[in-house]
Amino acid sequence: MNPFQFTRVTTPKAAISAVTKEKGTYFLAGGTNLIDLMKREVVIPERLVDINKLPLATIEKTVTGLRIGATAKNSAVADNELVKKYFPLLSQALNAGASAQLRNMATVGGNMMQRTRCAYFYDNSMPCNKRSPVQTGGAAGSTERFRADKGQANGPTGCGAIGGFNRMHAIFGASEKCIAVHPSDMCIALVALDATVNVSGPKGDRKIPFGEFHRLPGDKPQQDNTLQPGELIMSVDLPTNRFSDNSHYLKVRDRASYAFALVSVGVALDMKGNTIRDVRLAMGGVAHKPWRLTKAEDFLRGKPATEANFKQAAALAMQGAKGYGENDFKLTLAPNSIIDALKTATKTA
Amino acid sequence: MTKDTKNPPIDRVDGRLKVTGGANYFADFEIPNTAYCVIVGSKIAKGTIASLDTKKAQNAPGVLGVFTHQNMPPIPGWDAPVGGEADGPAPKPKTEETYRILSSSKILFDGQPIAIVVADTYERATYAASLVKATYSKQTARTDLQKHVAEGIAPKGADGGNYLRGKPDAYQAAPVTLEANYTIPIEVHNPMELHGILAHWTGPNTLMIYAKTQGVNATQQAMAEAFKIAPKNIHVHAEFMGGGFGMGLRTWPQETAVVAIARKIGRPLKLVVNRSQMFTLVGHRPYTVQTINMGADQDGKLIGIAHAATAETASYEDFTEATVNMTKFMYACPNVSTRYRIVRLDRSVPIWMRGPGEATGAFALESAMDEMAHKLKLDPIEFRLRNYTETDPEHNRPYSSKNLKEAYQRGAEAIGWSKRKNEPGSTREGDWLIGYGMSTGTFNAFRWEASARVLLKADGSLTVQSAVTDIGPGTGTALTMIAHNVLNVPLNRIKVEYGDTSLPKAPTQGGSAIVSAVGSAVFDACTSIKQALIELATKNGGPLVGRQADELTLADGILSILTEPKKKVAVSDLMQANNLAVIDRTKESKGGPQLQNYSMYSFSVHFVQVRVNPLTGVVRVTKAVSVADSGRIVSPKTAASQMIGGVAGGIGMALTEEAVIDHRFGRFVNNNLADYHVAVHADVPAIETIMIDKPDPIINPMGAKGMGEIALIGFAGAVANAVFNATGQRIRDLPITPDKVMQKLT
Repeated sequence: MNPFQFTRVTTPKAAISAVTKEKGTYFLAGGTNLIDLMKREVVIPERLVDINKLPLATIEKTVTGLRIGATAKNSAVADNELVKKYFPLLSQALNAGASAQLRNMATVGGNMMQRTRCAYFYDNSMPCNKRSPVQTGGAAGSTERFRADKGQANGPTGCGAIGGFNRMHAIFGASEKCIAVHPSDMCIALVALDATVNVSGPKGDRKIPFGEFHRLPGDKPQQDNTLQPGELIMSVDLPTNRFSDNSHYLKVRDRASYAFALVSVGVALDMKGNTIRDVRLAMGGVAHKPWRLTKAEDFLRGKPATEANFKQAAALAMQGAKGYGENDFKLTLAPNSIIDALKTATKTA
Repeated sequence: MTKDTKNPPIDRVDGRLKVTGGANYFADFEIPNTAYCVIVGSKIAKGTIASLDTKKAQNAPGVLGVFTHQNMPPIPGWDAPVGGEADGPAPKPKTEETYRILSSSKILFDGQPIAIVVADTYERATYAASLVKATYSKQTARTDLQKHVAEGIAPKGADGGNYLRGKPDAYQAAPVTLEANYTIPIEVHNPMELHGILAHWTGPNTLMIYAKTQGVNATQQAMAEAFKIAPKNIHVHAEFMGGGFGMGLRTWPQETAVVAIARKIGRPLKLVVNRSQMFTLVGHRPYTVQTINMGADQDGKLIGIAHAATAETASYEDFTEATVNMTKFMYACPNVSTRYRIVRLDRSVPIWMRGPGEATGAFALESAMDEMAHKLKLDPIEFRLRNYTETDPEHNRPYSSKNLKEAYQRGAEAIGWSKRKNEPGSTREGDWLIGYGMSTGTFNAFRWEASARVLLKADGSLTVQSAVTDIGPGTGTALTMIAHNVLNVPLNRIKVEYGDTSLPKAPTQGGSAIVSAVGSAVFDACTSIKQALIELATKNGGPLVGRQADELTLADGILSILTEPKKKVAVSDLMQANNLAVIDRTKESKGGPQLQNYSMYSFSVHFVQVRVNPLTGVVRVTKAVSVADSGRIVSPKTAASQMIGGVAGGIGMALTEEAVIDHRFGRFVNNNLADYHVAVHADVPAIETIMIDKPDPIINPMGAKGMGEIALIGFAGAVANAVFNATGQRIRDLPITPDKVMQKLT
């Protein structure tokens, strides 16, 4: 790891001003991903601004639903009574992520900001366009490539995963520059539950629909999200829903805990008898962003919960999917998982 | 002398130290003025270093030196092999390549050290190491065994693996035949404790070493050879080890380098490698492909087995293991042939990993047995019983003991084998498929040479000493129990000292051999003390004069006449009367020539129940029963813990563990504990362990055989067989990940 400056701030304003002022400055929350990235020299910050003392760790009811502070710990959110009662999908997804120790450190905002676990991104002797973009991007979430004592430290460009070890990689929305996936479980629940992200920045406050927070790689895989320079995630809003009786987060992974998803499915339904009145579906482990399955949702809305309908919905969800060799199995595993999750959530299993 | 009674379960004697932080592991030791070093590894797998820029690192704060092939201090024994193997002399390199750390610009494997950076703190050494910049002339690296199987060569020496009994191709003409290929990926030991060493030159030719080694005497010998100094001038300490699993079975080149650099800089020097270096610098279970051909008659009697294995090794050293051995003697089959080949790749050299080659071989053999049983429409246990052998068909001699039939029976009862349906895919629970599987394991029961010292003090306390290190199986606890059984000293008055070369010489902890080897020496030393006490008591003028040894009993510090309990003398009084503060005995012990008349093996049987999700291919082990037939169990509680650990490791081997290389670069892509999946708690169900616990009459005075390896050997096969029983699909490539199962089911 490299020497860096460390400051602790107590107000969002001070935090935003600190990262805006000097290049190479990063917010530090739980640190469960950033510290790894620093050890591997994938990210080499000049300065860290510790935001753990900001008053942003609360979870509270609002007129429209629930507001979860950006520095609330993953474990605190997962165990929160309101979350468990009204947004069980979120609680399940959080508990499916990482390990107990990591969930005790990781924050909601940090979870959204975590980088892909693509092996090529983490090994700076291997090609990666996300780590080593052709042009350096200035946006937050992108990687600083240069440092006085390091020179060009971040290794070759290109995409190592294409033609390489891509078992974990994307089947939707990838580009020739990058086929990495976003690793979060929490974000799958949040995109399914129509969350909104409240951010604050040098140019003021704004709201970002959760589905627009993360982005597809396109020509700029170094940019994971749509945050502007200096913007700080303040909180996430969840609208009230009628999904609490029929929610399920299915995570298919190589071991029973502490493994990233091969494929995950978040399902939330509003059932009337056996009829699906409303439904939300999203997948993880399949794209550069939490992947919402709106076509499948539209198909299922108003239909009875039958395996035949689940199969059709899964087929619709898979339109446009593309494998890259080692991850071809996801073209089958993904629809199977959608069906399995729907069966469990509608209790038709 | 041996009581034919089972031993009580006692707590691990070092348990309190371990859970309170009182146990010192090598990296815990602090010596004033210690410097720290960090290894910079090659980022290519084959080629040469074109340029190496160390200037920035040298100028970084706190840096005391940057050592590369250009300035590495010479090692006097550099030309001699730097080995220190567990069970024999250091291996002579048989290959054209030679690997000597930091001796040339040539790169032979990914992660090969290209520089060692020394600084006054670990953090400063780490930072400076990141400033070392290398460029390379790259050559195409051959790292994929699958592409080079045809280049296999027969290794020289005892492990050649070529074996023939009867006809090599007898299986071909059998009424029922099977041909199947099995693959085991690279597995990495990944103990929690990282590898390293703390080296301290206490004088110009005297050395103190704290190491993560499974054998202090082996490390001492390796360093003596490397630095051409007398072993007695090298003191090695390794009392505790945070998991070894085989990676500490030799002295690794970087350990020797650290010792050399410590001498050069004139300061104690500590190395602790990082997790990714655990994948390249301390060995691994080699990627191995196997083919089994099997033939049987309609009644399920085996006619022939042919077992061929090909494993990877390094370009610079031939590593071999006993992958095909089990096939030679496990079943009563008249025609058996085995073949073992190695392929030299541009990879770091493998090393034994728990169960070692036998675990690899057992996966193939016991999967094949299950496949044959299915073809024959026989219960897999019944098929094994029809080919059961009471004598070793490889050597035509009896087993020293074998209670495998009882093990099959007791394990089957415990798992609920009767609920298993022989027709695969026929048991469901909700959407999940349920399956049962079983498998056999076996491993040599060794009786190596070892020595131990036992001291009985007049206050009644007993000290047991041996250089052996306790890598976690409970060696100290077992030695305590053995001493207690002979001298009847209360357990809390027995102290065991181990893991240090100042103590009587002992073999390296490995091969499930330590209770048998060191335990026998402890037994002999304790027996000698007991005889001394009896002589003192019964000699002329003694309190029990004229009595015979077999009339006496010793318990809780009192020597008394069995039939006349009032006739007694306290050991303390006896020793005081003879002016003895201590009775001190050192014994060397090894098996007699009569052992050659027997085949000595431990056996295990593993049973599992699995659940398989037919849509996602997820496999969960929901029940596990492991049965050990390993003679008298000396310490039942730590023995059960070993079995439990074997099951956890076996679940990892079966379902999750695989180190993956991107062969375009010759580099690992999952060299960390997030992506290399060892089994976690959620993968491991409640485990039932069963000990047959019948003494082996031949091997040693305790009647105890080893059990560390058999706890793992065979387990992966049991899981694969259970997956087949659940689904009707056979997975022959470990690990059995959801994608493999799902693709077969959809």
